[in-house]
Amino acid sequence: MTLIDLTNPSRFLSLTARLLPYLVAGTAILFAIGLYLSATAPDDYQQGATVKIMFIHVPNAWLSMFVWAVMSASALGTLVWRHPLADVAAKAAAPIGASFTFLALVTGSLWGRPMWGTYWEWDARLTSVLILFLMYLGLMTLWRAVEDPARAARAAAVLTLVGAINLPIIKFSVDWWNTLHQPASVFRMGGPTLDRAFLIPLLVMALAFTLLFVTLHVAAMRNEILRRRVRSLQMMQARAASNDMSAAATASQPA
Amino acid sequence: MSLGPYTSFIVTSYLAAATVVALLIGWIALDYRSLRRRLREIEESGVSRRSGRSATDMA
Repeated sequence: MTLIDLTNPSRFLSLTARLLPYLVAGTAILFAIGLYLSATAPDDYQQGATVKIMFIHVPNAWLSMFVWAVMSASALGTLVWRHPLADVAAKAAAPIGASFTFLALVTGSLWGRPMWGTYWEWDARLTSVLILFLMYLGLMTLWRAVEDPARAARAAAVLTLVGAINLPIIKFSVDWWNTLHQPASVFRMGGPTLDRAFLIPLLVMALAFTLLFVTLHVAAMRNEILRRRVRSLQMMQARAASNDMSAAATASQPA
Repeated sequence: MSLGPYTSFIVTSYLAAATVVALLIGWIALDYRSLRRRLREIEESGVSRRSGRSATDMA
């Protein structure tokens, strides 16, 4: 099977049926290792045990942006190549991305209260992530509001690409503006500033959450393909019913 | 394992993550079952795919 074959929805369904059990197993194993490393990680000398919140907050924050980046690549696929799987990929990713963003906001607030003394601050990082969450909800609403999938796909793709402007704003907000949020400590010039005792559990949990995203995304894409199959079959069903009614009306007319 | 004075914040964070992930998995699994059932019902009503393959065919 070549890469181009995978862009065929039927081939994609066949691949997901074989791939999903391995993805589920891989995700479960990575989470087991990640949670064990998180539980046994030492307390931070300043933050104490609250550092454990980092092992779920940071992966969710990374994924909130990564999922939008995946949706932006899919949006290009919809607008430039008009590929049917591109919109399927974007639509399937949106609720998952929204959930990760929600978790980043909630766990961030729960980490912020003991460390900063407040659950929420209207600074650049927190506000731009909240905007990202609202954009996810807006996109999901748009897909539901427009009945024709092709029209919804184009509108959603444009909105996704416009929304991608928010990604560098989130990333560099801690450098551009004065904020309570700490600057980047893992992906930065000069390497991570985080001690290995925290870095390793963090990276394993990030990998686990990323594999969870891949697993859920593949499963949600499979659902979306089936949903479109249901829609096209329902349209065929309605057309057949309409043809039957026309034929019956013609037959009942007097000669 | 002692989590110190902020146990409630740490436990709530992990519980929130577990709940949201469980809801996502449950929603996707239930959606899949409901779509497969809908496809079976349509197929039983006599409508078939243009390719002639079963509506619930995953290949």
